Amino acid sequence: MATYGVKLPDVGEGVAEAEVVEWLVAVGEEISRDQALAEVMTDKATVQIEAPVDGTVLSLNGAPGDLIAVGADLVLLDVEGSVDAAHQPEEQNSVPAPSPPPPKTDNDLQRGQALKVPDPFEDPFEADLPEPQRRVDRPAGLVKPLASPAVRKRALDAGVELRFVNGSGPAGRISHADLDAYLRAGTTPQVLAATAAPGMREPNLRIDEVPLVGLRRRIAAQMSTAKSRIPHITYVEEVDVSALEDLRKSLNESAGVAQPKLTVLPLIVAAVRSALGAHPEMNARFDDEAEVVRQHGAFHCGVAADTPKGLVVPVIRHAETLDLWGLATEIARLAQGARDGSLSSPELSGSTFTISSLGALGGVVSTPVINHPEVAILAVNKIAERPVVIDGTVVVRKMMNLSGSFDHRVVDGMDVAKFMQQIKRRLEQPALLFIDPPGQKPSVV
Amino acid sequence: MTSDAHTQVLVVGAGPGGYAAAIRCGQLGLETTLVEKGRLGGTCLTRGCIPSKAVIHAADEFAKIRSEATKSVLGIGVGSPTIDFARTRAWKDGIVDQLSGGVGGLLTAAGVTVIEGTATMVDGKTVAIDTEAGAPRISADNVILAPGSTPVELPFLPFGGAVLSSTDALNLDTVPDHLVVVGAGYIGLELGTAFAKLGSHVTFVEMGDRILPAYDADLTKPVVAELARLGATTHLNARATSVQQDAGGATLQVTLSDGSEVGLHGDHVLVTVGRKPRTEGWGRENLVLDMDGPFIKVDEQCRTSMRGIFAVGDVTGEPMLAHRATAQGEVVAEILAGHRREFVPAAIPAVVFTDPEIVVVGRSESEATAAGFDAIVGRFPLAANGRNLSLDGSRSGFVRVVAERSTGLVLGVQIVGTSVAELQGVAVTALEMAATLDDLTGTIQAHPSLGEAITEAALMAQGRPLHLPLPPLSSRQASAS
Ligand SMILES: Cc1cc2nc3c(=O)[nH]c(=O)nc-3n(C[C@H](O)[C@H](O)[C@H](O)COP(=O)(O)OP(=O)(O)OC[C@H]3O[C@@H](n4cnc5c(N)ncnc54)[C@H](O)[C@@H]3O)c2cc1C
Repeated sequence: MATYGVKLPDVGEGVAEAEVVEWLVAVGEEISRDQALAEVMTDKATVQIEAPVDGTVLSLNGAPGDLIAVGADLVLLDVEGSVDAAHQPEEQNSVPAPSPPPPKTDNDLQRGQALKVPDPFEDPFEADLPEPQRRVDRPAGLVKPLASPAVRKRALDAGVELRFVNGSGPAGRISHADLDAYLRAGTTPQVLAATAAPGMREPNLRIDEVPLVGLRRRIAAQMSTAKSRIPHITYVEEVDVSALEDLRKSLNESAGVAQPKLTVLPLIVAAVRSALGAHPEMNARFDDEAEVVRQHGAFHCGVAADTPKGLVVPVIRHAETLDLWGLATEIARLAQGARDGSLSSPELSGSTFTISSLGALGGVVSTPVINHPEVAILAVNKIAERPVVIDGTVVVRKMMNLSGSFDHRVVDGMDVAKFMQQIKRRLEQPALLFIDPPGQKPSVV
Repeated sequence: MTSDAHTQVLVVGAGPGGYAAAIRCGQLGLETTLVEKGRLGGTCLTRGCIPSKAVIHAADEFAKIRSEATKSVLGIGVGSPTIDFARTRAWKDGIVDQLSGGVGGLLTAAGVTVIEGTATMVDGKTVAIDTEAGAPRISADNVILAPGSTPVELPFLPFGGAVLSSTDALNLDTVPDHLVVVGAGYIGLELGTAFAKLGSHVTFVEMGDRILPAYDADLTKPVVAELARLGATTHLNARATSVQQDAGGATLQVTLSDGSEVGLHGDHVLVTVGRKPRTEGWGRENLVLDMDGPFIKVDEQCRTSMRGIFAVGDVTGEPMLAHRATAQGEVVAEILAGHRREFVPAAIPAVVFTDPEIVVVGRSESEATAAGFDAIVGRFPLAANGRNLSLDGSRSGFVRVVAERSTGLVLGVQIVGTSVAELQGVAVTALEMAATLDDLTGTIQAHPSLGEAITEAALMAQGRPLHLPLPPLSSRQASAS
């Protein structure tokens, strides 16, 4: 009679340990060669471990859920005759076998390790965290993490779950220093190595929590609604605004002292208004719960404005009734009101279309988020002089991009393209802004 | 739901749970409204912890003086003392007024709007308030439910006439000659003991096989002995079946342990058979709250199953104690102010103000073993503590420390003894700080003090007492297991 150690074989390339899923035999059971002893799981597969010899089960190493190192004794068998060195149980083996991992006490953690599926969302910092070690051997869940109330509060504030922190104190108590070590370990090894050198800066472990309050909270809610409910389609077109800019310059030069300075925005509002004539589906609000699109006769044009507290969208009400100077005056008034917070709620709601313009900061392209429940939003990118090929010659023109986002549930790509071309056409040939399309009511521009 | 006003936080009930939550919310800058239908302070301040402890103190003082008058131990000579219980009651009412008024002051200082009236939840965000002036509806971003608990009433022993609840007993103007107490839990024992000391003949009727069934027998033994010394009668395994009120009080029909029937006559019959969470009278039927037995189910942040509705205090579960309610209230306020907090205490202490007093913090030996710990115990008799002797304290009291064998982690402390209530502070601090036996034995307690007994009990658990002879080596192993 001799004791034979069935070692956990190399169950997969590069696998160092495997989790016992289930014992298929019991202590005392007589088993025969090739009989399945256990089912073990690696991060690659679940496999059955079979007995290489006949024998009687003396002991099973570990409980389901435990991790066993490759090469460690999985099962000890009582067998006939003698046993060669390779299968002598670990204690008797002259070559030290890789020792099984220290007993872990945290069930969740073991599960987490056994099923190490690469997680695309895994925080690389978290992945670097050291494995918790419990020096104290006590059944899982018997005590909550041991730490003083002050340490617990700090951990909560820092968003750290103490069960993952190694307690170095008596009975496994977690100290402030243990928590510091854990937090520091959250940085990458490179940073740690770098900071170990003298004269290097300390890693900044500070996290400032900025609660979402007031306007910011409303913006957050509004943006989530818009982005989660509306499938956006974004279309970008470039516009040659040289003629428009000439016109604007000339209008500004001839303007009376009482008239506001004309910016591009009123001209764009006018171009959109004119283009909407053939595209009523863009000047609309979509009640997706009732499944009704309400196309509005009125053109209530929202104009996104930046304020110290965040974005607000004041509304030019009945923009269809205002001429260019009227639009300019109203835009200036709303912008001022938005900044000093004096606008009333009707002036901040009920838009049927929204235009967002950051002027010189407008960038090249943007993907504006639709002002739910509207169906379209137009972002105005910056005007810049660019080389353009016209009739085979490179010339310098004032160019501007328009980025429009549309609710693809109720607007098709073709409508989007046509609508954007209508706007482009009017901005490139500003005279069109002052000519009513055949069959339409005289415009107020 | 239309509403007349809006608030960020609305708190229902101004007991220790509700008022603590409201004060902290106000301090943290949240717009807070507190609705209370009775008095500020709730059960604890107006008809529970505080008035009961005041009456108990008066009774202790009276009993002490009386015992000196009859057979002095300390050598003090006094005539025959009397007590004007109406004045005792006025003194107690003064303390209640002071504390309730103090809570009002703190609420005002924190900027909390207090509404006197009965709150009814109309839906998850709206509360209708029945006040003398009208019935406003208030909508709230968040609601904290803290309606507390009420005494359990037995159907065959309805409160009224000579049948008293604990609230009624605290408002008696005279000391009854004979008081029958149904239920020997902590409230019944505390009040019954006080009246026994004030001169009543007290008879306890308890269904269980011992008094204070929630506490282990070792701890209650000194209390049983003291009750007998005070001349109180205790019927165990006895069941009250009916009551007959008469001009002089009431007669309680009781089936005794041997099956015989007796009629116990008292000026009053005090019924203290437990308390139940108040789950009615505030519109629970209009909400969809998950329950945990009779309690509202809450998670570690005191959140109920409904978003924006929190619950704290007796309505959320055992132990139904004031300090648990307060701690929960604070946690919820900080959560609402945007902090990460949870209510996960290592221990919630319990003190029974009987004679001698009982302190229970954390796990007893059997609870620790049942939970899976390999536990060791150290027990130090207070008869060997100098301070206890100099206080003429109970000779049968003791301190017991329960710890994990492998690490010495302190798992529980239980104490029974004269004036030991305040020792709960040392014990609960130790548990909350995750102290080990070495921490306890390495902390110097002043001499002479009762606290030294905790150090000694910890030394006992380590098998190295200083003020008790070491047991012979051979028996040490056995006693540790
Ligand atoms: C005799 C006695 C002795 C006690 N001794 C102790 C002790 O020594 N130590 C200890 O810790 N605990 C003791 N307790 C228990 C302690 O009083 C309670 O645990 C504590 O009061 C619970 O606090 P709470 O805030 O949950 O509820 P409560 O204190 O019960 O307060 C709830 C409040 O809500 C109000 N309310 C309910 N419904 C509404 C509504 N619809 N609208 C408006 N208001 C409403 C009630 O009027 C009440 O004021 C004792 C209790 C009693 C009865």
